[in-house]
Amino acid sequence: MLLSLTDVRRTFGGLHAVDGVGFQVDTGEVHGLIGPNGAGKTTLLNLVSGLIRPTGGAISLEGRRIERLPSHRIAALGITRTYQNIRLFPALSAAENVLVGSHLRRVDPLWKRMIFVPGYRREEADALQWALSLLARVGMEDRAAERASSLSYGEQRRVEIARALASGPRVLLLDEPTAGMNPSEVASIAALIKEVARSGQSVLLVEHNVKLVMDVCDRITVLNFGKVIADGTPGEVAGDRAVIAAYLGGE
Amino acid sequence: MNGESLRDLWLTYQSTVAFIGLNGLLALSVYTTLSCGQLSLAQAGFMALGSYASAILTLHTSAPFPVVLLAGTLVPAVVAIPLGLPVLRLKGVFLAIATIGFGEVVRIFFVNLDFTNGALGLVAIPQRTGLVAIYLALAGALFILWRIRGSRAGYALEAIREDEPAARTMGIHASAYKLSMVVLGAGFAGLAGALDAHFNFIVAPANYSFGRVVDMLVYAVVGGTTVFYGPVVGAAFLTLLPEVLREVGSRVGLQPGPLRLFVNGLVLLLVILFLPNGIVSLPRRVRRWLETRRAAAHAA
Repeated sequence: MLLSLTDVRRTFGGLHAVDGVGFQVDTGEVHGLIGPNGAGKTTLLNLVSGLIRPTGGAISLEGRRIERLPSHRIAALGITRTYQNIRLFPALSAAENVLVGSHLRRVDPLWKRMIFVPGYRREEADALQWALSLLARVGMEDRAAERASSLSYGEQRRVEIARALASGPRVLLLDEPTAGMNPSEVASIAALIKEVARSGQSVLLVEHNVKLVMDVCDRITVLNFGKVIADGTPGEVAGDRAVIAAYLGGE
Repeated sequence: MNGESLRDLWLTYQSTVAFIGLNGLLALSVYTTLSCGQLSLAQAGFMALGSYASAILTLHTSAPFPVVLLAGTLVPAVVAIPLGLPVLRLKGVFLAIATIGFGEVVRIFFVNLDFTNGALGLVAIPQRTGLVAIYLALAGALFILWRIRGSRAGYALEAIREDEPAARTMGIHASAYKLSMVVLGAGFAGLAGALDAHFNFIVAPANYSFGRVVDMLVYAVVGGTTVFYGPVVGAAFLTLLPEVLREVGSRVGLQPGPLRLFVNGLVLLLVILFLPNGIVSLPRRVRRWLETRRAAAHAA
């Protein structure tokens, strides 16, 4: 199993934001994480990406425990992410944002640049080419030179996905990637997610758009009040009584 | 104009040119840590360490000047490592306060150190610094910052400045980058201190007070911190300003001495209000203003 969570807990004061969550994500799998607002989905992504530490439980990537590692180490092991409230580097261009995302796959010893050892230029040209190819993959190649802060909401989300893909992660964490997008943009994101999974990378997707989740996910974990209330294929989850109750209310 | 007054003019002018270079280097040392979003006000302390280390070497050994300068650079750079490790866990104003504390500790340490004559400081340091040394040092610092910009490390620094947690989830080892820049900035400040000590003949604790680091920060802010050469422009402008004011003041019969601080404060205020990216952003601002005017005239 590529990514597995076992009995993960996180409390904020007296609040059990994540309360004993466990599930597994396989290689090349698109795994959906859904649930009502406040169910603990974003907290869970923050735990997996190392922005916060769990109060209990284990998170492992290919059997290696990662829940105590700093976030840059977790990224180096192959987990990158996007953010619900878009966190691009606003003063940098779209291409530069993706270049930052390429940090881990670049080898560019500064001393070579300092003393003009030939070769650094080619490395930089290659890195830029790679960044542009990722922007093309999310349909943003013609806005590469634009400052991130001047892009539209949907464009920023797409650049953020390109930035997260730039290091060539094994697991891509997407936090509501289609929020604020129109239906045709949503369709292109769905196609992109499927393509990423086909290339052997796994996706852990937090999303409110139920249609998209049912369409792209191989498996879905449903959270409510920090606990797993259902886990299974889209078909299984859609018919689950606890899920329907959580979403529609009632017993 | 006779030969005598021409030489006097050059002597005054020469020291102003030297101070532009030294202040430029000090402004760059503040900029270096600022470039990854960290406001460190320890630079006067680092400068003091560089000054004292180099002056002691000159006064007590026969070390050649380049070795003295190297020591003045390395001593504060090495001290910056154990200082930076804990202190860089702090953010924003707390980092500023802690680094001010460090600067004061260094100053008070030298006030109480008998070996360096306490508050009186070291005197009669031979003048070994010339304009060439100062401007080579400044050019070296500018070169390093120029080469960092646009490199993988340069983008990592910009990412840390913009959004540190997001940068870390891109795999950027933020604390290592921040520490490197604090060490580099300390080296620049120490080098400036070493050059300064061998230009002014004297090293005394009073030269490294909190006001000194505020001056450095004002140079950087007035010049502009979005590009690496901005702080040097700011240092040149604010170092020349009192000289120009004195000239103008004496013509119209004003005593410019007390006016100096007022004008410095006014310049800082105007830059923050109207040119938040500093003097270096002025040409572009003027060009844009002309373009919109031309467009408006065209439309009318």
